[in-house]
Amino acid sequence: MKNILVCLLDWVDARFPLTKLWNEHLAKYYAPKNFNFWYFFGSLALMVLVLQLLTGIWLTMHYKPDAERAFASVEYIMRDVDWGWLIRYLHSTGASAFFVVVYLHMFRGLLYGSFKKPRELIWLFGMLIYMTLMAEAFMGYLLPWGQMSFWGAQVIISLFGALPFGIGEALSLWIRGDYVVSDATLNRFFSLHVIALPLVLVGLVAAHVMALHEVGSNNPDGVEIKKVKADGIPKDGIPFHPYYTVKDIMGVAAFLFFFAFVVFFVPEMGGWFLEHANFVPANPLKTPEHIAPVWYFTPFYAILRAIPDKLTGVAAMGGSIACLFLLPWIDRHPVKSIRFRSPLFFWLITIFTLCFVILGFLGTQPATILYSEMGFRLAELYFAFFLILSIYSNERSPAVYVTWLVVLVGAILAIDFLRFDPAKSALIMGSALLPLTYLAVFLLGPAFTRLNESRPVPERVVWK
Amino acid sequence: MKNFLGITCLMLLLGGSGSVLASGGGAALQSAHVDLSDTASLQRGAKLFVNYCLSCHSAHFMRYNRMARDLGIDEKLLQKHLMFAGEKSGELMKVAMSTEDGERWFGVAPPDLSVIARSRGADWLYTYFLSFYEDTNPSRPFGVNNLVFKDVGMPHVLWKLQGRQVPVYAEDSHGKKHIERLELKEPGTLSADGYRRAVRDLTNFLVYVGEPAKLVRYGIGFWVLLFLAGFFLLTRLLYREYWKDLH
Amino acid sequence: MSEKDVDLRRRRFLTSSVSVVGGVGAAFTAVPFVASWQPSERAKAIGAPVEVEFGKLEKGQMLRVKWRGKPVWVLRRGAEALSGLTQLDDLLRDPGSDVAAQQPGYAQNGHRSIRPEILVLVGICTHLGCSPQYIKTTDPHALGDDWPGGFFCPCHGSKFDLAGRVYKSVPAPTNLVVPPHSFLSDTRIVIGVDQGAA
Repeated sequence: MKNILVCLLDWVDARFPLTKLWNEHLAKYYAPKNFNFWYFFGSLALMVLVLQLLTGIWLTMHYKPDAERAFASVEYIMRDVDWGWLIRYLHSTGASAFFVVVYLHMFRGLLYGSFKKPRELIWLFGMLIYMTLMAEAFMGYLLPWGQMSFWGAQVIISLFGALPFGIGEALSLWIRGDYVVSDATLNRFFSLHVIALPLVLVGLVAAHVMALHEVGSNNPDGVEIKKVKADGIPKDGIPFHPYYTVKDIMGVAAFLFFFAFVVFFVPEMGGWFLEHANFVPANPLKTPEHIAPVWYFTPFYAILRAIPDKLTGVAAMGGSIACLFLLPWIDRHPVKSIRFRSPLFFWLITIFTLCFVILGFLGTQPATILYSEMGFRLAELYFAFFLILSIYSNERSPAVYVTWLVVLVGAILAIDFLRFDPAKSALIMGSALLPLTYLAVFLLGPAFTRLNESRPVPERVVWK
Repeated sequence: MKNFLGITCLMLLLGGSGSVLASGGGAALQSAHVDLSDTASLQRGAKLFVNYCLSCHSAHFMRYNRMARDLGIDEKLLQKHLMFAGEKSGELMKVAMSTEDGERWFGVAPPDLSVIARSRGADWLYTYFLSFYEDTNPSRPFGVNNLVFKDVGMPHVLWKLQGRQVPVYAEDSHGKKHIERLELKEPGTLSADGYRRAVRDLTNFLVYVGEPAKLVRYGIGFWVLLFLAGFFLLTRLLYREYWKDLH
Repeated sequence: MSEKDVDLRRRRFLTSSVSVVGGVGAAFTAVPFVASWQPSERAKAIGAPVEVEFGKLEKGQMLRVKWRGKPVWVLRRGAEALSGLTQLDDLLRDPGSDVAAQQPGYAQNGHRSIRPEILVLVGICTHLGCSPQYIKTTDPHALGDDWPGGFFCPCHGSKFDLAGRVYKSVPAPTNLVVPPHSFLSDTRIVIGVDQGAA
């Protein structure tokens, strides 16, 4: 028996690099041995992708991409198809889970500088995956043809209308294929959602993993394990298989536990994963009282809304994502991991994370005066983060920090002057303290204290 | 392990706080205390639904025989008490009234109620049934209004059961009048508590109709979690066994 | 790495346990996906039992109704047609209706029906799924002068007698199917519910 299998493998290997691929990507792919909790999310993202593909294929068997029948066909799946409710909930929860996992995965990259040289392309492929995922999720959300599907699509497509010289209007008309979001829009979004974007996604994931396996994984210490080798094998590396396969299987089991909890007990997640208003069929004549995108878009949506000018708002939203793309060239500090970077860097990351989460919350809320102003200030902090990150890339003299401080404070005040509204003067002046304090701390700190000094990076990974 | 606990807490927090996103109305909502395992309540609710709602509102994603099966109603009783003559038990709970007639009679066509509990929420529905009051404003076609649904197009279909409620006004510090509470002017065929129980049954039924597979989901979910917990422990043993190698 | 400390038996045991339990999990996960291909509640509702009123049916006349999307025939046979059935045995492939799957037990008799005169058949040829034609002796046909009446499939020439039994030397392998049915009254049957089940 064993002999037959060996023969078969030889036969295949002579014709297809099966053993070679196995070794290159698993059995002889050496990963740093000090991966921590944050390193589960890459394999989890891959698993969720497979889950989405599988459940998506099955939903397509029962769904009707037709404005007259789409809403009913989703309820048909929920009620009339055997186990249809489970397949649908797996898919809808999977969409949110995908973003949870991807956000944590990206945050890991931020913490340990995984985007830095020589891993810039891994980061870029990853960002492209993230963008495709957003498009995929956005188009998928139209398919149930509920009120949120319809009005969400209406709002997002209208963003393109912000482009000047009449291009915008023509473009959004072209995307919709009609004067409003309609059957034509639904049909093309369906096609893109089930065929085009999944193909792109799978291709990008392959590129992401290939690029990673070419340069090798980073690790929580940000040390290059390939620099210290014995017999051509990194001394701090362990073969991915079996060590990380068994670890990742454990991660998958734990993840599935929480995932199944949501799927079986709180699939709507109190309105975060499935919005209440989406249980009302789309009605082009009546906007729901309060519309908000699904949670994974809300940080960017909050930035868009915070700016009281259509074109600038759209540009700011685009810019907020572009900044993430450019991260490898914004943060060029030689120390990768947060473990060895300065206390100020730690606080920079912490505040950025808080900003992102609070922006996400604000994006789900009605745009009151207070919330809009908060959104505006947090958007300022969001962009300031990238500027400071860039300034921190090199050691600089106090004069440089102070000059930056003057320029940036001037910019903040100038923007406030431009958008000044006597009706909310107290609010604007009060909230200006937020970016001003932020800039003062993060620009004067390195100039006059030792709070921005990195610690020495060890030669090899820290282990036990 | 610490991380897992943290995630659990976070998820419970999110699940709870999410309900603020639900569509609210003017008045504070009262809790319906929905219990899908209370089959008797669901059966009473079904009867109320068929007798009072189904003449104008459909539930056209719901099948009669599914309802009968889930609520433990025998096919003959279903045909006799809950269905109109000539329909087959596998049919959807449709309504004879056309959309155009609905618009002519009520201003807006009565919406389908299949997933109303999922868009409005159980507590909203329960409070809505309790919050009809007499409104003498001549613009009100049926002489009633509702605290949680201002200028609602629907008449108070259950008024014979509840009786007639009138608003009691109060003035705030700015001298503006607002409705403080509702008072029963003339009792209906049910006592106040009896009516509450009836509309709770109805709400319960609407929640069931919103997602008939909900109880099935809970039942299976428990076993799935148990299985995954076991599987996790096993994978953890495997992980520790292999990672013993590394020193 | 110290190779000698490794407890290989424990390692193998744990590996196979995880594989087996994981495999069981995967198998359970496959159930919803496989089961979702079954006819849905809508398909079942559309394919629900059909009631047929046949009081006005004359001898030799046939009614066609749709049940589960397929044609179902209700034929009233006269005494002549019934007595004719017994004389054909030598020409038929399965005169005794021995292939159990082709009819419910209560129709496994010489006339293949509950009441001798009322024949209920699924009008789908057992060869490749065409719907045969009902051809009486009196109809113009090219099936020979001795054609006692029956069914003829235009697709591949299969022939069946007035009980839906297949002739020898035609492509169809088995008799036409008698669907589950039962009598609600003397003039009313329901197709899709077995006699005695309701």
